[in-house]
This record gives sequence, C-alpha cells and structure tokens, in this order.
Amino acid sequence: MKYRASHRSRLAASDITPPDRYLSRRALLGAGLGVGLAQAAGGFSSPAFAQSGGAAGASGAVLAFSHNARYSTTEAANSYQDISTYNNYYEFGTEKDDPAIESRSLRTSPWNVTIGGEAEVTGTFALDDILKPHPLEERIYRLRCVEAWSMVIPWVGFPLGDLLKRFRPTSKAKFIEFETLYDPRQMPGQHRNVLDWPYTEGLRIDEAMHPLTILAVGLYGRAIPNQNGAPLRLVVPWKYGFKGIKAIVGIKFLERAPRTTWALSAPGEYGFFANVNPQVDHPRWSQATERQIGSGLFAARRPTLPFNGYAAEVASLYAGMDLRKYF
Amino acid sequence: MWATRWLAKPAVFAACLLPALRLTAGAFGVLGVSLGADPVAALLHGCGRWTLNFLMVTLCMTPLRDLTGSVWWLRFRRMFGLFAFFYALLHLSVYLFLDQKGARTVWLEIAKRPYITLGMLALLMLVPLAATSTARLMRRLGRRWTRLHRLVYVVAILGVCHFWWQVKSDVRLPLWYAAGLAALLGFRLWRQRKALLRFSAARIAGPDAA
Repeated sequence: MKYRASHRSRLAASDITPPDRYLSRRALLGAGLGVGLAQAAGGFSSPAFAQSGGAAGASGAVLAFSHNARYSTTEAANSYQDISTYNNYYEFGTEKDDPAIESRSLRTSPWNVTIGGEAEVTGTFALDDILKPHPLEERIYRLRCVEAWSMVIPWVGFPLGDLLKRFRPTSKAKFIEFETLYDPRQMPGQHRNVLDWPYTEGLRIDEAMHPLTILAVGLYGRAIPNQNGAPLRLVVPWKYGFKGIKAIVGIKFLERAPRTTWALSAPGEYGFFANVNPQVDHPRWSQATERQIGSGLFAARRPTLPFNGYAAEVASLYAGMDLRKYF
Repeated sequence: MWATRWLAKPAVFAACLLPALRLTAGAFGVLGVSLGADPVAALLHGCGRWTLNFLMVTLCMTPLRDLTGSVWWLRFRRMFGLFAFFYALLHLSVYLFLDQKGARTVWLEIAKRPYITLGMLALLMLVPLAATSTARLMRRLGRRWTRLHRLVYVVAILGVCHFWWQVKSDVRLPLWYAAGLAALLGFRLWRQRKALLRFSAARIAGPDAA
C-alpha cells in the first residue's frame, strides 16, 4: 500500500485522468459498497468500468474473480479499446495496430503448457489443469513500456508463485524461463526474423515468487484477447512491458539466468532485469518521463517512478545491486 | 503552360496538403479519422514519414526529366521541396510541443540522442534551401544556388539515418527508403559519369571527329 501513497503524493488523480473518467470514478466511490458485495459474490461486475465506458467492446468469456484492492492501483484504467488495439506483439507484426488484426489466426484451445527443469513435477499439462486450482483475482496494474509510454490495465489472473509451488522446484531452481508458442502459421510475424523466435523471457526465482507477479488470463473481467497474450501471459508490473511474455507454452526452472529475447537482440539496450528506472536511460531515449496513453494530446508527461511505483514492495529484492549495471 | 499553372499545380498543392489534413482531423477526432490509442506518436511518426516521402518525390523530379526528356517535372520540384520542409517543421513542432511538452531540457535531449541530433541537423539544412527557393534568388545566386541546393542530398541521407536509427528491430521500412534514396542518388552519379565520359571522349577525339 505504500507505493500508492507515494505516487499519490506526486500526482493528483485529476492530473492524469480524462474528466469523463474522473467524474465516473466519483460515481463509483459512491457505489463502492455495492461493488464490494458484488465482487464478494464472485461474479463479474465492475460498475467502475461499465460506468466509464472503459470496458466497451470487451467480448471474451465472462470470468469469475474477486477484486484485489491491496495490489491494485486506484488510478483509472485505460479503455478496453486502447488496451486491445495498441500492442507490442511482434509475433503478429511490428506495428501497434497489427496484433489486434493478425492475432485472429491464433487458436488458444486446446492449449498445453510444458513445465520442465529443476522441479519435482514436470511434464506437459492442459491449460485447464494448469489453471484449475487457482482462484482468479482482478489486479489493476500500471504498465510501463520501455518505449516510454504507459497504461493502467485491469488484469484478471493469479500469482505466478502459487503455480510454481505446485511443481515443487528443487534447491537448484534459481531462475524461471518462459517461452511463447512458435508456430508461424498461427503467428505470421514469426515468418520474419525481426527477433530470435520463439520469444523467451525470464525471472529470478524471488521475482517470480513475488506476490505482485501474476499470470493473467483475463482483461476487464473477461477472457484475455489474443492480442494481449491469450491464453496465458506474464505480468510483472515493476518491469518494462517486454518482460510480460505472452501466449506461454513453456515454463522451466533453471539454475542459471536464461537468455532473453530482447537482451539477445540488443544487449546494450535491454537487460535481463528491465526494472522500470527513471535514472537509467535507454541509450536512444530518456526513461525519466512517460506519455500516458489515453491522456490526450495536450496532457503533461508524467515523471516515471522507480520500479514503476512499486518500489515499496520490490526494491528490497535488489538491495545492494548496481541497477545501472543490471538494468 | 497555363494548364500546368492553373490546374496541375493547384491540384498537386491540394494533394500535398491531404496528409496534414488527415493528421489534423485525426488529432481532433473529427471527420471519422482516428489516430489510435497514441495520437502523439501517430502525429510524430506521420509527419516524419511525410517529410521523407516529400524529400524522395523532390529527388525524383530530375531523374524524371532525364528519363522523359521533358522539363515539365521541374516545375513541381520547388513545391515538393517546400512541402518536405513544411512536414519537417510539423514533425519538429509535434516533438517539441506535444511529445516533449515544451520541456526546457529538450535541447539537451536533442544533443544527447544521436538520432535526434541527426534529424535536427537535417532540418536545419533545409532552412537555407527553403529560404533561397524563390525564382529571384535562384537567378541571382546562379551556380552558387545549384551548389547550395546539393545539400538536399545530405538532408535526405541524414533523414533516412534518423528514421533507421530509432527503429527497435524491424528495419524493413527504413530499408525501403534507403534503397529508394540509393537508387535516386546512384542515378545521378551514373549520369554524371556518363556526361564526364562523353566530355572527355569528345576532347580526345578533337573537334574534327565531332
């Protein structure tokens, strides 16, 4: 909760929220009790978004979940339209509006996930079996892209740590490697070698076990759209967006840090850790501020916060580390 | 000739304004145009792309004259060149006022990031070209005008580098611009070499041989 206080002190909600959304949030505050009750009942009901019109267009299957206020920002979420049409997902093209169109060719069912490496339980599992034991929660997280823009996104998912524990990692498991599907017939962007396919990402085990780290299966209370990473994607809110690997088919426990796609592509520009850090610029642009998607043409840039505003929760993971060196 | 002056030129002029109109409509969300979730980036990149497009079109006029044997094309060259300058100014304005919001540190940023420095340099080089684009100055400067306006080759090269450098990993589009520019500049080199060879051949053969 501390991070909320810290970013609130720098910034009033009215600075960053379009007036229409701001007003509708006041309506939400009035209806707060109702929201709590509806969510306690476990069904999808998010008057917050319904009233702001933010969820308009969401069409996936309705999910059952509870809202996790502890780990959610109170900032207004971006609209479903923005979140689902402005995507970096090179498997479906390198333009922001490509994935929304090209990802229609992705079949997310049936879907298997292979768990391997340093764990007692390994093998290939159907997605349903992967998901079954985990109650879903809504987490409204800030997302900061390495390209210096940001959004606020209402994910639905569950803590990655809860999943990893089920496979009983051994003492050798120090890192986790994630892999995206490789199938150029379904992912036409993979026909071209803009990146070294399949997309691979990784976390240190303590990062993976951190309660803020989730696997998302939903957006705006519904099944996550293909362009946002269906059926299963990683969300690590204190890291740059490219760490949030999409369409996961492989999770592996490793003793050493895996090689990750963007770090391989441009080692001087993208690191393994990729923690949001306004002090460490990308060699070609500043990371000190960010453009908030949905804030309009004339809104001021917002100062980027260390660890994207989640410093109170995660800064201790990196105590004593030179964050300039391990960027 | 009146057809060129009163029909073709105004029509081309209006067409050159269309991208700016589309971007403006998109910025304000009118006329059914949308620039998507990130209008600032769309404006920035849109104006930049059109600057390059107009530079390329400008550089096409002389080869078209040579290939068709008609000087009619040259009547549009200045207009295209000035539109390149116009879109470059829009590009810079979007960067300064919409992207960077007039931050005082923006000049540091321009100096610090090589790809932005290159772009800025290219734009500055367009200033003397635009300023000397009138028929009167063209006549007055004579051969110096021709020499000065060769700067446009440097501007185009810097412009393509500026574009290439800011791409994250998919260089397909800047590659097309680079290939186009290489063809346009290559054509000029080839033509110059041919003219030179003709000239020296004539000299060696002597006046009688002609």
